[in-house]
Amino acid sequence: MKKSRDQRSGIRGQLGVRGARAAIIVVAMGFVFLTPAAMSAQQAKPWEQIPIPKLHDFRPQQPKRIELKNGIVLFLQEDHELPFVSGSVLIPGGSRDEDKAKTGLVELYGEAWRTSGTAKLDGDALDDLLEAKAAHIETGGDVDSTAVSWDSLKGDADQVFSLAMDLLLHPKFNPEKLELAQQQAATAIVRRNDDEGEIAGREAAKLVYGANSPYTRQPELATIGAVTVDDLKAWHERTLGGKLIVSISGDFDPVAMEAKLRTAFEGLPPVKAAPARHDVFSGPKPGISFINKDDVNQSNVQIVGLGTDRRNPDVPTLAVMNEILGGGFASRLFQKVRTELGLAYAVGGGLNFAYDHPALFRVNVITKSASTVDATKAALGEIAGMTGSPFTQKELDRAKDNILNSFLFRYDTREKVLAESVRLEFYGYPANYLETYKAGLEKVTVADLDAAARKYIHPEKLAVLVVGNGPEIKPGLDELKLGPVQTVDITIPQPGGAEKK
Amino acid sequence: MQNRCLSRFWKSCLALTLIAAWTGAQAQDLKSFEQRITTKVLPNGLTLIVCERQDAPVFSYSTFIDAGDVNDPSGESGLAHMFEHLAFKGTTQIGTTDYAAEKVALAKVEAANDAYEAEYLKAVGRDPKKLEELKKAFKEAEAEAHKFVVPNQFTDVAERNGASGLNAETGLDNTMYFWSMPENRLELWAWMESGRLSDVVPREFYKERDVVVEERRMRTDSNPIGRLVEQFLATAYVAHNYGRSSIGWPSEVGQITATEAMEFHKKYYVGANIVVAVVGDVKASEAMPMLERYFSRVPAGPKPEEMTTIEPKQFAEKTVVIREQTQPFYLEGYHRPDYRDPDDAVYDAIGDIMSNGRVSRLYRSLVRDRQIAAEAQGFSPFPGDKYPGLFAFYAVPLPGHTPAEMRDAIHQEIDKLKSADVTDEELAMFKTRTRAGLLHGLADNQGLANNLAEYQTRYGDWRELFTQLEKVDKVTKADIRRVANRVFVASNRTSAEIDTEAPAAAAKKDGGAE
Repeated sequence: MKKSRDQRSGIRGQLGVRGARAAIIVVAMGFVFLTPAAMSAQQAKPWEQIPIPKLHDFRPQQPKRIELKNGIVLFLQEDHELPFVSGSVLIPGGSRDEDKAKTGLVELYGEAWRTSGTAKLDGDALDDLLEAKAAHIETGGDVDSTAVSWDSLKGDADQVFSLAMDLLLHPKFNPEKLELAQQQAATAIVRRNDDEGEIAGREAAKLVYGANSPYTRQPELATIGAVTVDDLKAWHERTLGGKLIVSISGDFDPVAMEAKLRTAFEGLPPVKAAPARHDVFSGPKPGISFINKDDVNQSNVQIVGLGTDRRNPDVPTLAVMNEILGGGFASRLFQKVRTELGLAYAVGGGLNFAYDHPALFRVNVITKSASTVDATKAALGEIAGMTGSPFTQKELDRAKDNILNSFLFRYDTREKVLAESVRLEFYGYPANYLETYKAGLEKVTVADLDAAARKYIHPEKLAVLVVGNGPEIKPGLDELKLGPVQTVDITIPQPGGAEKK
Repeated sequence: MQNRCLSRFWKSCLALTLIAAWTGAQAQDLKSFEQRITTKVLPNGLTLIVCERQDAPVFSYSTFIDAGDVNDPSGESGLAHMFEHLAFKGTTQIGTTDYAAEKVALAKVEAANDAYEAEYLKAVGRDPKKLEELKKAFKEAEAEAHKFVVPNQFTDVAERNGASGLNAETGLDNTMYFWSMPENRLELWAWMESGRLSDVVPREFYKERDVVVEERRMRTDSNPIGRLVEQFLATAYVAHNYGRSSIGWPSEVGQITATEAMEFHKKYYVGANIVVAVVGDVKASEAMPMLERYFSRVPAGPKPEEMTTIEPKQFAEKTVVIREQTQPFYLEGYHRPDYRDPDDAVYDAIGDIMSNGRVSRLYRSLVRDRQIAAEAQGFSPFPGDKYPGLFAFYAVPLPGHTPAEMRDAIHQEIDKLKSADVTDEELAMFKTRTRAGLLHGLADNQGLANNLAEYQTRYGDWRELFTQLEKVDKVTKADIRRVANRVFVASNRTSAEIDTEAPAAAAKKDGGAE
């Protein structure tokens, strides 16, 4: 049978498939070449003569939201197209809340929770039972949350729900499964310096947040080794009392499902609010850092600084600014570095925003070793150009079109609408956030862009990190004139003192 | 147009019965997929498929070209992919300020490149000074042509009109172009897509070639697994193009010319070689005449002839060892037949039982019980399915464990498959999971468009997406044992591994100096 595309991943994807465009993605300098003849041709562009009828009316189906007396929130999203039911319970608290000496705990918890199983049914038996029905129950940990999620055919939905609830409320952490998870985590640790892109992404974030920040500190062999079954139990007890968000989607009867969820969750004690966080974000020390990797012929260049969070009222303007800087084929970075100079396959980036903490400002360029300095200068030039080369109405119009005309892809499936509702609930945003955000995008002006660029783009505060093959990088990084090149040590610490490169 | 659907209706009824027996009340919904799909073959041979799904005012499309890098002419590896990049550069109508003048300038670029290459490739008597002059002349011709370019206008128009997930993929077997858009842009899309299929211009070709070479550095040269896989396939195949670097050997992809890319387009981008599938908020009765008008612009041309090369039977076991300072890895592969083989579903069964999830044999043996690997899987076909590919196995060793241990443990599991039947539960699980997987795949407009176009190309009928379940149902325990015994033999095997070299040894190799 032919495999659907999304089943191909990892090594299978290695040579099977390539795209014209990396995940990241232009400058409009070409227009200066317009001749008078072309200007008249411009007035009669063939594609502009194609009628664009009014879009069909569309009101996305919102999930039903129910807040239980104990504070737990339920979302029900019906979708009867296919005979499946899926669900999840989102639990506040993630890796940023774990003890520094046990960094990696949440990752291990997310793995061992499911593989251990419950007192009634251990993880292996659960695997056998579920897989025979093509059903799944999985657990996982993230930076700010953990979750148990499940899916099955409609006919098995009741049984799978019961099993998922048993796992949520009565897990039995098994030392052997913890050990298995520790082995897997150790494998990832010893391999973390194999891939250039992985090194660059990780180390650049550390330059901004600091190596010991709850957002960037990394699991080490010693810290994962320090995690015990009791730690997993304690974590579970501690987080289960938080504000759970339960979401269900698919082919179910809404009345019966609501009753079932009430029965399962109404009996839990009132939720405890998550303690406020007091993270300090100071941004990077400006300058240039280098990590040598002698088995590559390409440099991964990261230009980073501190971004912002979504509560910032300037976010709609910043989103438009990002689109102009590095958001698409027409962005300044893509046009300059890839199209005009041919120096990169992958180039793009912008000032990012997270829901509850400042994300990164990050521009990324991947280029052959010899053009490292040229490509970095070109990217830095475009960043500086945010304040130096004024925004034009044309750029604004294009960026708005790009964002607004594709805006409905944020809610074109019921699954996406549900996921957005859960996200907004989790971070405490109003349910109409997308509408407010869209209205904000529509109002952005050129003056707003100029003001935002002056407020948020500070080339002198950015750090540049290059991961690449030192001897091949000619001219050398000192040509960038960003001060002395700091070498970053990425040696993997070995428990007991020995070090492994 | 719809007659084509009806004549094959019995076949889909059979498929729908099978699914109905299993999911009960849901059959109506599945049947509705059949009722919502309209197919039409245009006079130029191009096949259009429209699947109506009015959930949201959007559509996704997939253009599937039955040509990929396996079709690259000798000495031009990477050409199909290079052309794919060209397909984003616009047409005679989009991306240019004055096509008539641009055409003349592009001809000069090509002549300048030919002159440079002729000098560059001289085996004897290459004149460095002349080469430098020719390079300069080429750059000047390129700059002259660039004056007529509106950079990235094709993609710009798409993005300004709400294109989402705009991309393309070139595989060994085929090339796919795809995006999603608001439904009121269907005609605009049809104009754009039919334009780039029929009216492409070799604009900014040589700069884009640099971009592709950069892509090669990222995916292959600077990635340990990328390097290993390239060597693995080059070793496993002696005759067939599956053994050739698909992104292209550096010397070849670095010297592809615009003329070569346009010849590739002329030969392979013909109606009979193209299927276009649209899924979403589209009414076939209204859209089809409009789509027909635009896509009739694609040149007719005969279906390109199939290649004659068949990989000869392997008779010697082969091994590749890469020694470097990256973590160990093990990969092996066995030649298997193409996707049309009667046993195709049997290979899927083996892949599922060996690899799918925590119940799989390789996970339970290598990861859970013996605790020597972080991950272990077997899958097929690789690197393609149109021609005989490989059944591949790989394992990622835990710290302290070696590729040799991975190999031995994988072979033990293969031997079990050869000497004893799989269990009833394993076989039933494969069949159940395959059906559920098919259904899950129907949920997404883009995924469905890709599948409809691919199945229409490979089987001449998109309904095979459903009817393949019949073949899955027929797989027996004896089939699995028979196929395992025939295919998984040492003389049919190629293996590749990364052995980690200590830093000190590496330094010594380089002469010890920093």
